[in-house]
Amino acid sequence: MSLLLRDVHKHFGAVRANDGITIEVEAGELHGLLGENGAGKSTLMKVLSGFHVADAGEIVLDGRALDMRTPHDAVTAGIGMLHQDPLVFLPFTVIDNFLLGAPGGVTVDRDAGAERLRQASERYGFSFDPTALARTLSVGERQQLEIVRLLWLGAKVLILDEPTTGISTSQRDRLFDVLRRLAAEGMIVIFVSHKLEEVESLCNRVTVMRRGKVVGHVDLPVPTAQLVKMMFGDVIVEGARPEAPLGPPVLQLDGVTLAERLITVEDLTLSVAAGEVVGLAGLEGSGQRTLLRGCAGLVPARSGTITVGGADLTHRGYRACRAAAVHYLPAGRLEEGLVDGLSLTEHFELVSGRRSFFVDWDEARRSTGEHIDSHTIKGTPETTADALSGGNQQRLLLAMMPKAIALLLMEHPTRGLDIESAEWVWSRLLKRRRQGTAIVFASADLDELLRYSDRIAVFFNGRVIAVVNAADTTAEELGHLIGGKQRTE
Amino acid sequence: MMLRLAQWRTALVSLVLAIGITLLLLVLVDAPPLEALRLLWDGSFGSDTKIADTLMAWVPLVVAAAGLLVTFQAGLWNIGVEGQIIMGAIGASWVARSVTGPSWLVVIAAFAAGIALGVGWALVPGTLRTVFRVHEIFSGVALFFVAGGLAIYLIIGPWSRAGIASTSGTDPFPTASWLPTIGRLRLSIVAVVVAVMAVVAVAVLLRGTRYGLRLKAVGRNPASAFLMGIATSRSMLSAFAVCGALGGIAGTVQAIGFHHKLVPSISGGYGFLGILVVLLAGFRTAWIAPIALFFAAILVGSTQLSLRLQIDSSLAGVVQGVLVLLILLTGGWQARRTRIAEAEAET
Repeated sequence: MSLLLRDVHKHFGAVRANDGITIEVEAGELHGLLGENGAGKSTLMKVLSGFHVADAGEIVLDGRALDMRTPHDAVTAGIGMLHQDPLVFLPFTVIDNFLLGAPGGVTVDRDAGAERLRQASERYGFSFDPTALARTLSVGERQQLEIVRLLWLGAKVLILDEPTTGISTSQRDRLFDVLRRLAAEGMIVIFVSHKLEEVESLCNRVTVMRRGKVVGHVDLPVPTAQLVKMMFGDVIVEGARPEAPLGPPVLQLDGVTLAERLITVEDLTLSVAAGEVVGLAGLEGSGQRTLLRGCAGLVPARSGTITVGGADLTHRGYRACRAAAVHYLPAGRLEEGLVDGLSLTEHFELVSGRRSFFVDWDEARRSTGEHIDSHTIKGTPETTADALSGGNQQRLLLAMMPKAIALLLMEHPTRGLDIESAEWVWSRLLKRRRQGTAIVFASADLDELLRYSDRIAVFFNGRVIAVVNAADTTAEELGHLIGGKQRTE
Repeated sequence: MMLRLAQWRTALVSLVLAIGITLLLLVLVDAPPLEALRLLWDGSFGSDTKIADTLMAWVPLVVAAAGLLVTFQAGLWNIGVEGQIIMGAIGASWVARSVTGPSWLVVIAAFAAGIALGVGWALVPGTLRTVFRVHEIFSGVALFFVAGGLAIYLIIGPWSRAGIASTSGTDPFPTASWLPTIGRLRLSIVAVVVAVMAVVAVAVLLRGTRYGLRLKAVGRNPASAFLMGIATSRSMLSAFAVCGALGGIAGTVQAIGFHHKLVPSISGGYGFLGILVVLLAGFRTAWIAPIALFFAAILVGSTQLSLRLQIDSSLAGVVQGVLVLLILLTGGWQARRTRIAEAEAET
C-alpha cells in the first residue's frame, strides 16, 4: 500500500497555498511534514482529508485514484484526520462521540458500541469511561478517543495535524508509542508539525514545505542544520541595523505569568528601553501573542507586575494601558483593527479624539485627505476598509495611531505585504523609534527579526528560552532556537 | 451605481411577486382579487376617517422602527421592543389615571413616565447582554411576556373597572390626559408631530453625530471598536436605552392617544412589525416612513376586507410576512449572484 499526492494545487484568491505538491508515502512509514506557519501544510492535509477540493492534481491510494469532495469521502476511502483541536463534541458522552459518524441505521446501540470502544481502546492501552462527558477529558484523552474512533472507522491513513499542542509530555510519549506501533502494523502515518525535535525523534522520513512548495524529502536522521535550512531558506541580512541611542526603560515585566487558552507564559522578566526594538520569535502559538496582549491589558496577569513608564499597569485593563500611551496592533487587520464597511473618513473620525456631539464631515474628509497623502494610502476618503489591499490596510492602521506612543506592541507588522509596503511600514516604525517609542513585535519572518530588532526573545511552548542580541546571532541559530533546540556552542 | 440598480431591481421583483402571491391567495379563498385590492385601498385611504386611522397606526409603528434602527446600528436585535411598548403604555396609563392637572401637564407627565418605563425595560436585556452575555433576543422575548402579563394583571386586578374584572380593559382615562384630536377624527396632530420628530432625530443621530458613528463601529465589529478605545458596552447599553425610550413613546401614544385606556394587547404588535419594516427598509432611515405607512395601510384596510368580503383580517399579516420574506429572499439571491459574478471575474 502506498499513498501518492501528485502535483496538487490549491489557490485561495491570489494566494497559492499549495503550488504543485508531490509526495509519496509507503505503508509502514512514519512520514513527517515539516514547515513554518503558512508553508501550506494544513491546506495540503485538508485536501487529503476531503475538507478542501484541490484545484488540480490527484490523490492515489493503493494504486486507485480517489475522487474526494467531502470529509465523508475521505473517511470512506480510509483516510482519517486528527485535527489540531480534536473534533470532539464536548457536551456529548464518550460513547456518543465514539459512535458519531459511524455508518449504520437509525437507531444507536450504545451497549454494543461501548463493547467495541473497550476492545478498540484496549489494543492501544487506552481506557475510557463510556458514560463520562467529553468535557471532562483532557485534550490528550480527547485525542486518544478520536484516534480510536478513526481506526475503528477503518482508517488506513492517519493524519495528525500538530497533535502535541496542549498535551502533557507523558501523553505525548504515549501518543508517539501508539503511532510507532500503528506504522509497524502497516499503516501510513503522516505527522504534521513545525516542531523539529518531535519530527526528528518520531519520523523515518520527512517532507519539508516552504511557501506552498515542497523543498525536499529526506530520510532521517540528518543533521538538524540541514532541516533548519530547508525550513527557513537562506536568510541574507543586508545593511547595518540603524543604531539609535536607548533611553530609560519603558516596559518592565517582572516575573509575569499570563495564561490564555492552551498557552501559559510563565515567569517572564524583561525590560524594554525607550527607542529599543525587541523582536519576539517563535512558532505561532508559543506565547508571543499572549505576551503582547498581556502588555496591552487584554490578558490579566496571574502573577508578577507590568509597568510602563514607571506606572504599574498590572490588572488595570486595556483602557488604562491605552491611556498610558500603549498601542497594540494585532495581526488580524480587518478582524481586530479596522471595521468592515466603514469608510476611511469614518475610521479617522473614530480615533480623532475630537469630542463635539456632531461630526463635521467636511472637515473630517479634508483631514482624511491629508492622512491619505501623508501615508500614501491607495484609496479615497469614501473607500471602505475592506476594499483596501492588505498593504493599504496596514498603512491605514499606522495612520490611525496616536501621535505619542510610549510602547508599541505589534503582531506580524508586514505579514502578507509586498516588499514596498513592508519597507514603508518599517520606515514609519523606525521613525517612531527615533522619537523614543519602545517597540515590541512578533514575527515569523527571521529576516525581519534580524534586520530590525535590537534584541530577540525566542519563545518555545510559552517560555522565553533565550534573549539574544540581534547583532550577535544568525538565522541558523535563531532557527534552532525556534525549533526548541538550545544554543549549540 | 450598478449596485444601486440591482437593489432597485430586487425591490421591484419582490414587490411584484408579493402582489402576485397575495392575489393568488385571494383567489384561493374565493374572493374577487381586484375587488379586494380596491377595498384595501378604500379601507385605508378612502375617506378622512380612514386616513386618520391609518396615520394613527403609522405613528407607533414608525416610532418603534426608528428605535430599532438605533439598536440594529449597534448590531443588536432588540426583539424586546414589543415589551418596551407595553411598559411605556403602562407608565402612561398610571399617570393618566392618577395625575390631575391641566391637560398639557398630564400629557407631558404621561410621556415622561412612558419613556422612563420603556428605557428601564430596555436596560434589562441591555445589562443581561453586556454584563452577563445573555443574548438580547431570548431576554427580549421573555420580557415581552412578563410585560404582557403585568398589563393583564393590572387590568383585571388593581386597575379593574368597578365591580367587573374583565380583560376588555380599564376604565377610560380622564379626558384631560387624552391627546387632543382634530374634530370628530381620531387623528392626533401631537402624535404625528412626535413621530416625525422621532424619525428625524434618529436620522440625525445616526448620520451626523459621533455617537451614531461609534454605534456603527460597535455594530459592525465590536472587537475592532474596543481596540480603538470605544466603550463598547456603554454604547450598546445606550442604544438599548434610546430604543426603549422610543418604544415607550409608542406605548404612550397607544395609551393616551388611541385607546384612551389600558387594554391587554396595547402594543398592537407594532414592535414586531417594526422589525419587519426595518428589514424591508434595508436599515435605511429614509425608507422607514413610507414602508411603515404601507404596512399601516394594509393593517387598517384589511378590516374592510373582513367586513365586506368575510375574509379574515389576518390576511394583512400574511401579506406583510410574504412581502418581507420575498424581499429577504430576493436580496439573498442577488447577493449570491453578485458573489458568483465576482468569483468568475477573478478567474
